[in-house]
Order: sequence, then C-alpha cells, then structure tokens
Amino acid sequence: MADLSSNFIGIKSPNPFWLASAPPTDKKYNVERAFEAGWGGVVWKTLGAEGPPIVNVNGPRYGAIWGADRRLLGLNNIELITDRPLEVNLQEIKEVKRKWKDRALVISLMVPCDEESWKDILKRIEDTEADGVELNFGCPHGMAERGMGSAVGQVPEYIEMVTRWVKQYSRMPCIVKLTPNVTSILPPALAANRGGADAVSLINTIKSITNVDLDAFSPFPMIDGKGSHGGYCGPAVKPIALNMVAEIARHEETRGLPISGIGGVTTWRDAAEFMALGAGNVQVCTAAMTYGFKIVQEMISGLSQYLDEKQMSLNDLIGRAVPNFVEWQHLNLNYVTKAQIDQDLCISCGRCYAACEDTSHQAIAMSPDRVFTVKDDECVACNLCVDVCPVDNCITMRELPKGSVDLRTGKVVGDYANWTTHPNNPMARAAE
Amino acid sequence: MSNSPLTPGIVAGRLPPEAYAHNFGDHEPPFDRHEARVAADRCYFCHDAPCITACPTSIDIPLFIRQIATGTPEAAATTIWSQNILGGICARVCPTETLCEEACVREAAEGKPVEIGRLQRYATDVAMGKGMHPFTRAAATGKRVVVVGAGPAGLACAHRLAMHGHDVVVLERRAKAGGLNEYGIASYKATGGFAQREVDWLLQIGGIEIRNGVELGRDVTLAALEAEYDAVFLGIGLAGMNALRAVGEDLAGVRDAVDFIAELRQTEDLSRLAVGRDVVVIGGGMTAVDAAVQAKLLGAENVTIVYRRGQEKMSASGYEQDHAAQAGVRIIHNAAPVRVLGNGSAEAVEFAYTSDGPNGLVLSSETFTLKADQVFKAIGQTLTGAPEGLAVAGGKLAGPSGKVWVGGDCAAGGEDLTVTAVAEGRDAAEAIHTILLAG
Repeated sequence: MADLSSNFIGIKSPNPFWLASAPPTDKKYNVERAFEAGWGGVVWKTLGAEGPPIVNVNGPRYGAIWGADRRLLGLNNIELITDRPLEVNLQEIKEVKRKWKDRALVISLMVPCDEESWKDILKRIEDTEADGVELNFGCPHGMAERGMGSAVGQVPEYIEMVTRWVKQYSRMPCIVKLTPNVTSILPPALAANRGGADAVSLINTIKSITNVDLDAFSPFPMIDGKGSHGGYCGPAVKPIALNMVAEIARHEETRGLPISGIGGVTTWRDAAEFMALGAGNVQVCTAAMTYGFKIVQEMISGLSQYLDEKQMSLNDLIGRAVPNFVEWQHLNLNYVTKAQIDQDLCISCGRCYAACEDTSHQAIAMSPDRVFTVKDDECVACNLCVDVCPVDNCITMRELPKGSVDLRTGKVVGDYANWTTHPNNPMARAAE
Repeated sequence: MSNSPLTPGIVAGRLPPEAYAHNFGDHEPPFDRHEARVAADRCYFCHDAPCITACPTSIDIPLFIRQIATGTPEAAATTIWSQNILGGICARVCPTETLCEEACVREAAEGKPVEIGRLQRYATDVAMGKGMHPFTRAAATGKRVVVVGAGPAGLACAHRLAMHGHDVVVLERRAKAGGLNEYGIASYKATGGFAQREVDWLLQIGGIEIRNGVELGRDVTLAALEAEYDAVFLGIGLAGMNALRAVGEDLAGVRDAVDFIAELRQTEDLSRLAVGRDVVVIGGGMTAVDAAVQAKLLGAENVTIVYRRGQEKMSASGYEQDHAAQAGVRIIHNAAPVRVLGNGSAEAVEFAYTSDGPNGLVLSSETFTLKADQVFKAIGQTLTGAPEGLAVAGGKLAGPSGKVWVGGDCAAGGEDLTVTAVAEGRDAAEAIHTILLAG
C-alpha cells in the first residue's frame, strides 16, 4: 500500500483528503465522525467575529441538479458561515484537536475587512492548537453583501492586505481560499502570494441559480416565493476548478505556491487529477454531503492502488501534469488523429452519426444495416463522436504516423510545429 | 369440503378465495414515476432507432421515452397514440422481447434492453388517468364506412377514420368490443378491465357507432354492406379452430384453449371457474402459454404444454416460455398427441415422440401417456366465414378489393399480433381516407 501521508505547508495528515470548510465540519460531532471514517483533516466551518451569531434562512438552503437516476451532479447552497457561538466552536476545536493529534485541523475565518477584526479573531483562536487558518475570501452569497467572503476575494488589494495582517498577527500557516467568481484567478492568487500566504485553496463555490420553479416563477432554493443566488459546487464544477488550479500551478510567479485543490472531488481519481495539476492535497465537501463520510475509504484505497501501479510516491504525483498544461499556441498542429470505431464493441446506436452528421463534419458513414464507419477524408478528429458514444473505448483516436498522408488535407504528417510558426499566422516567427 | 389442487376432475375453487386476486394481479407491476424516470434515462436516443423499425406501428420510441424522462408523460402518450391508438394494451401484451426490446441497442450491449413496454404503459396510463384524449375529428366528410369486427384492427381503423371526419359503424358479433384484447389474452396482462376501458377511451373521438351481436354472413352480407357504405373494412379475425385429428378428441374435458381463455376473461369470480387437476395443453404458441399458465394459477396440480416440434420452433417467445416455466408449467417438446384416452371424459393423452426431418414431422413408435382430466387444444386458429368473392391466399384474406379492405389476423401479411393488427387497421384507414377524398 502506497504511503499517503501528507505534509501540506507543514501540516501533517495521514492522507491528503480533507473535508472543506462547509456544513460537514461545523461542529465536533460531525468532525469526529469524519475522523473516525478516516478523513485526513478538516477545515472547520468558517468562524466569524465575536457577537450575535449568524442567522440562516429557515427554508431550503440547497438546490441541486441531477443526472440519470437522480445522481447528484451539482449542489448550490445559501448557507452562511457558522451560526454557532464563537466560544462553543473554539472549545470544540480544542477538544477535537487534542483527541485527534494526527489529523489536520485548520480553522476557516471570515471577519470584517479591518485590521482590528482580524487581529482579534487570530488572538481568539490562538490557544485552540489548531494547525492553521484558512481565510474565507470565497463565499459568494450572503456574507459578500456584507463586504466579506468573495467581496474581499474579488479585490486583489484586499486579499494582499488581509493576508499580510494574518501573517503579521499569527504564526499559524495561512491558506487563502479563493473565489472563482472572477474573470481571472491569477490576480487574486498573485495577491495572496504577495501578501505572504503559505498556500491558496480553490475553488470556493460559484455564483449560481440551479433551477427555476416553473409554477412559482422563483429561482431555487426558494424561500417564500423568492430565491437568491447560491454557491455552486459538486462534480459539475470540477472542470472549472481544475483549470484554475492549473493556471496558478504553472504561472511563473505562483509556481511552487502550495495549492489545496477544491471543487467537485468525488472519487480518488478526481483527487489524483487535482494533484497532478499541482494541488498538494484536496478538500472535499459535496461528495461527503451526498454519500456520507465513508467515501474517503474508496479515495484512500483508490489513490494508493494507483500510486502502487504507477510506482510513484504522492509527491511524484503532485504537479506531474503541470508541464503539459500549455497554451493553445503551443499545441502540435502536426499531430493528426482520426476517429476509429471498434465494430466489435459498437452497439449501432448511431449517436456518433447523428452528432457528426448534424452538428460536425459529416465524417461518419452509416450503412443500411447500421454499420458506422469513419470517413478519414472528412474526419477532423474533433472527438465529439468519442464523447457521445455510450460505449467506453468503442470509438478511439488513432494517431497517424509521421510520413503518412492525412486523407482530409492531402498533406504528409510532419514534425512538431505549432501556431507560432504557422504560415497562416501573421505574427509567426520564422522557423529557426 | 372445499376443493384443492389435488381434487380429481374438473372443479372450481381449488384455491383459497384470496389466492385468485393475487394470482391474477398485474403480471408485471406498473412503473411509478421515479422508476419510469430511471428506466427512461437508460434510453440512448439512437439515431434512426432500431426499436422504431422493429415496432409494427413504428412508434417513435426514443422520442416518447425522452418525453417521459423530461417529466411529460402526457406528451409521450400522444407520441405513442399518434402511431398506435391501442398503445395501452400493446404496452401490456406485445411480445416486446421479440420486437422493440430485442432491437434495443442496450440488448446488444448488455443483454438488458430499455424497458420500452413498461415505459409505454406508464405514459399511456398517466394520460388515460387524466382523461386525456389528444385527438379531435376533422370536419365531417359525409362519408360512411363500416368496420366488421371490433378487435384491434377494426378499432384502430375506426378511430383513424373517425379522426379524418368519416362516420363509422362497427359491427361486432360478440357482446363486447375489443376482440382478443377482451376475449383472447391472459387475464394478468390486462387487469382491471383494461380492454374495455381502452375501448371506451378510444370511442371518445366520436363518430363511431358499435353494433354488437351482428355477424357477417349470418346477419348481414358483404354485398349489402358494400351497397350501403362508402367503404368496408374487414377485421374479422380467425374464428375457426384447428382440430387435433386424434381419437378421443370429442371426449368431455377436451376443448379449445381460446374458449377457456375467453370464459376465464368473462368470469367475474374466478373461484367459480372449473379447472382440471391434470391439465394438458397441446400447442406451442402464446395461446398455449396463456391457457397453461392460467390453468396453473387457477389451482391445477399439474399443467403440461406438449408441442410437436422442437423448442426453437415454438412461436411463444423465450420470455413467454420462461414465464410458463416459472409458473410451474412443464413444457415437453417433440411429441404429438396420438389419442385421448377416457371413458366418456378425458383421463389421459397418449403422445408419440416426433422427429422433424426433411420429410416433415415423423411420429416415432415410442409413446408416453400423460394423465389429463382436462385437455386444451391450442394448435392454431383458421379463417372462417370469409365472404364469397374475396381472394384467399394461404388461408387468409389476400388484400383490398374494390370497396373492401382487410386487416388483422384474418388478413395476409404480418404476424398475428395485436400491434400488427393495429398497424394494418390504421393503414387501411389511411388508404380508405385517400380514396374517399379523391372520390
């Protein structure tokens, strides 16, 4: 069994699977259940400043979208930060950390954007013995209207300023949690880096309306006939999160800045993908909220099997795909593939044909007896047929060897060449 | 003393009273909303889908399933009924395992087709439950068409004609409309009086008058109908029964399986319906299975289907054969009846083993005897009462001639299935409509 023990910015945990700051981590009871189930760490649900506790709505907090058999694909929430008294949370954090010394326990924080508030809260959590803090600059709903959460995360200057305060007033490792509700994730990440963050975590949830009640004409979740945007998470957001993680991982200024990957991690495979794109560990929420804490057992067994099969350590995996994440202009335009259909696996549903004939390049032929074949002289290798085929591995992309002729273009497949040197590119540099 | 499965002879009430409702309940329970959504989600929405091709009525199956999946079973029902106005009963009785579901690509992929039949039932049940009848009549054409036979072919023809604005009179020799839906299929396939409910629902289109107790040849001649109406559609089914041509066929206890099924279907209280202790069914089709299974469900101790050819030649589908086996019916292949033994009433049947070679079926000298106080003949029906002057080919009415169209089991072409009858009735109606408009 591969060693999954993790050291993320000096915070040790028996595995890289943490629960994200969210409803599953809002009190001792849940967190202990999570630790019993095997989670490596938790980020305790966001604490706010001292004062009257936060108030939540008393109607639905979550909306969802589903796939087949009501498989939950995306979840949207309008729950705010913890609604329990600060003292109770601090006491419980202390108790849990003392009892579960080998697990990571990070406290998520969100207080008003002034130095005193941050100084005060950092002092209050000092003797909990927690392993670190995560600055919640991400929540896009409710708290943002009050100038916190994503309202801070959308202004790089604020991120940098608050991060500096935190590093100034606390010796705890500091993770800055980023909001994806920005046009580019890089300025916030750069700001956190400049402010001295030990790591960034991302993504927080995405502003969203999951659906509209077509009888009440209200967005959902619906509170007394009205809806407010919520924060979207779950498997559906994973592609967005992966891209943002990877952008930070490859940027020259943030390269090497530890990243805690968040966003739709549901299986060990998702976790491995985040880590390959640069995440040092992952945080999970929706999957746990959908299936319960036990899923971590599959994540642990799956990731260790994968590492064993690849004969890699966890550290070998982290960032391994980052060098292969390039800009479009660096993609090899002389890499030519053609779809090919495995006739033994084909079940003749014709979806590839409908997709290609109606919406793509008319590159699939259909015989009267429902045999589907690729026309190499039309196929641009767009991959749509592969994506819509219901049978795994039935349609694959075959690479044309160098020197062979692409029947579509009539050109011989040549050596690597990209857009930067392409004759059609007015900005092309002459090939050296 | 009450009867039991072991009581000799043909007697009623072999089972405790409560057993009948259980035994004759829905053979396949209907989907609830969630089950339907889950089943619908499995459909791949194939291009030019093979299931549509396999359906004799060419229902746009992927479309109706997608309509179910998106929460509009009413629209799904409209899609179904547009092609097959008896989509409700067909959902229940179609041998989907040899039609749409056999063609389903998921059958090829994993041996588990999309459950098209049950989904069709779900959609039509929901829409019928809401009292929906999504068709209206076109402006009256003033044309009058007579349909002979209120079975699936006749009803489908009548509905389509009425929709096009023609006035339709349906002549039916029996007391109820529905044909084999009402009289000829196993009870557990059409529970809750579904066949009559569907007829009533179909008649909501208006413009259709059903006259029961009128038989072609006995009460009215084809010539008279041709004289009175603008067009005639014959959907008279196959009313004749093949004989065993075996000694002892006339003994008491030997009867046609279709009569037994019809009697069962018309019996309110099944505990009053007599059935033998040892029942032998001779034949290899759906009728044989329906009779055998229902005899078993009525409490017969031993029920055996004996078919003269091999298993692969049985016209009952594999699914039907499995169903019979699960009900406890024994199926013997390659044996033909030689004689029915008994003194006044049947006591046993003697069979000879057969071999099916290039010279046809040959009876061997080796025989065996099965106890049988009741014997059902299910060896096929034949066309009877074909009006003079109509061409008959291969024992069936050959096709349209003059003002007369034909469809359903009595007509040549297609399998003898409800769904095929519906398609033929519908298509005949369209052909009649075209001619009447042109005339």
